[in-house]
Amino acid sequence: MKFRTFAAFVGPSIFLMLLFIAAPLVSVFTQSFYLSQPVVESVEVETCTPGFLTQTCTTEVRTQPILDENGRIVRETRFVGLQSYRNVLEPERAWAAISSFDISGLLAIDFWKALRFTLTFTLITLPLVLGVGLAIALAVNNAAKSVRGPVIFVSLLPFIITPVIGALSIRWLFVGDGILTRLMEYYSGTDIAMFAQGWTIEILMLFYRVWHVAPFAFVIFYAGLQTVNTDTVEAAIIDGASRWQRLWYIIVPHLMPLIVFVALIHLMDAYRVFEEIVGFSSQAHVISLQWLTYDFLQPDDSGNRAVSRASASAMLTMIGIVVLLIPLLRKTWRDHRGTR
Amino acid sequence: MKKLLLASAVSLGAIMASGSAAYADCAIQNNIELSSLSAGFEAWKSVTDAMAECGNFTAELDQEFRTKQPAAFAADPSLYQIGGVANGTITPLLNEGTIRPLDDLVAAYGQDLSPNQLIRVDGQIMAIAMMVNTQHLMYRHDILDDLGLDVPTTWEEVIITAEAIREADVVQYPLGGTMKAGWNLAQDFNNMFLGYGGSFVNDDGTPNVNTDAGVNALEMMARLTEFMDPEYLVSDSTYVQQQFQQGTIAMANLWASRAAAMDNADESQVVGLVNTAAAPTATPGGAPATTLWWDGVVIAANITDEEAEAAFQVALEGMDAEMVAEHSDDAIWLIPGYEPNRFAEGAIATATASPAPQSYPSSTEMGLMHTALGNQLPAFFTGELSAEETLEAVEAEYLTAAEEAGVL
Repeated sequence: MKFRTFAAFVGPSIFLMLLFIAAPLVSVFTQSFYLSQPVVESVEVETCTPGFLTQTCTTEVRTQPILDENGRIVRETRFVGLQSYRNVLEPERAWAAISSFDISGLLAIDFWKALRFTLTFTLITLPLVLGVGLAIALAVNNAAKSVRGPVIFVSLLPFIITPVIGALSIRWLFVGDGILTRLMEYYSGTDIAMFAQGWTIEILMLFYRVWHVAPFAFVIFYAGLQTVNTDTVEAAIIDGASRWQRLWYIIVPHLMPLIVFVALIHLMDAYRVFEEIVGFSSQAHVISLQWLTYDFLQPDDSGNRAVSRASASAMLTMIGIVVLLIPLLRKTWRDHRGTR
Repeated sequence: MKKLLLASAVSLGAIMASGSAAYADCAIQNNIELSSLSAGFEAWKSVTDAMAECGNFTAELDQEFRTKQPAAFAADPSLYQIGGVANGTITPLLNEGTIRPLDDLVAAYGQDLSPNQLIRVDGQIMAIAMMVNTQHLMYRHDILDDLGLDVPTTWEEVIITAEAIREADVVQYPLGGTMKAGWNLAQDFNNMFLGYGGSFVNDDGTPNVNTDAGVNALEMMARLTEFMDPEYLVSDSTYVQQQFQQGTIAMANLWASRAAAMDNADESQVVGLVNTAAAPTATPGGAPATTLWWDGVVIAANITDEEAEAAFQVALEGMDAEMVAEHSDDAIWLIPGYEPNRFAEGAIATATASPAPQSYPSSTEMGLMHTALGNQLPAFFTGELSAEETLEAVEAEYLTAAEEAGVL
């Protein structure tokens, strides 16, 4: 392909990526080193608020931002170096907990609590998604032609549902005396509260994510299965290879590039786990890194947002994803060079 | 005539009521395009429906209004002319100067307002209050009568009463609580903390929650959770309201604005069985362990004077005696002509108690403290940290946030 043609095709995409991904990233990166705060003054203010019959007036010292002549809040921005990162990571407190082998002390710090859950969530769902996806793909591939269409349709349904809606529906099935909790109580004869402790919520979240993402893995693997060389499989059958041996020595190696691809996509998605926290309103027990960033950005009733800490937390999340992806990317790179 | 659009099916959903063209029941005819942004509970629906009768008016009722309002009012021109606020959510608007003083407008059109409704900050009228709200005791009077129990007036008595209800095994859980991690849990702590005589910050803005009052409040809350649904950390006001309606709880400290739902025969199985009483006190003879809130209307600063004049008149039409007569059950109205019903007893008893509970102390510091409490308190209830360690973590997060916000 001529370079000009290539550039014409790729150009728009690169431009949009620079505009909507690279530029915000640079901006977040810069913001994580700066602190922008309103200039405040303390003034004595009398406030009168209604009681039921009469008003109560109180005089108190209020901290309020200074407004300039245009009515905008005067803000000052200064370079704070790694201070925001320190505020998020709390290294002293974390190190004190680690050096005294106090795991619960470490997990009492929001960032480390979020990291613990995010990593567990990512690393447990990864093999499950790959395994369940492959299992469905093999089952559909071996099913009679007449039922394949409907089976594919049904298997894809969870993937079509909007993530937050899916999480909420699972929550409603289990929260309080939801129908599925009732059912489990009926069979077990004990009182079950799925949202009263962290581990049951985590199991529901893992189940939900696997249920939601496995269809994606299934579609990719199913497409891959159509290209398996039938001669090789037949030869293996004649050689007396069992089903397991055929799967392990022929089909899995053939699908390996696809498995790596699905694993890459899933690692990136699962590390950004967010919908589950909101959908299951699990923040009392488990939080994720992405949720932490969101929580910093969420203004409180007085309108304060922790933008610097949110930027630092976002950068740390991105670094985490890159670290997780390095082994897979290196493998892809080596394979790529090997085939040249 | 009214078109209800469910803007979002998520629980954080927004409901928009588009303005109708009916001019009935409105003394003025409004010719200027106006819109409002407020919370989405029943009282706001009644008020904005009444405003819509004046024409050219669109109301947006959104439970996430507190996030949207500061940015929407900071725009020039402001995206909404009328805002619905509470004492907690007026702070960012005051701080950023995006709402206008109403003294002139009150002098011109506000002859029917009672002085109690005028919210004054630094001598200027900044908002017109329409109702008070508070968390107070709601209880199943049939259960208490059957068991021969008195209505508890202190939290210690609540525990004794809950014990008796549990013995009798008449409901699934004796108590309900709005203890969902985050804002709700922090607010529950605020009530109890103030009840034990705590104050959140020192005069110099440093935190002051890691005190006896803080520890007492947390320990009392932990004792109460033993009588609650074990999933209390996901239970918000709506959840507690439903627990009452479905007859699974007997008592709860719940928002007055939720009381009317108990007699809604479409949803409730306990019509006529729930009464309200003053919020229990934490210490005998102390103030009820709760805070007082008001809801009211503000007018944006970044709009023309003509728009402000029209907006103010329309807002008053929404808050007139006619609307109160029609919707007297929806809230504890401050509007002249309001006749309190059975459900108002608890809120009135709370507000007129002596010593009286504080108004929610809305300030920049309190906003930071509320967030820190909401984030850190769950660790105590899940058993990860002790009361002192939890409050230490709250103070640490508050300090970080306060330094970042520039108030320390």
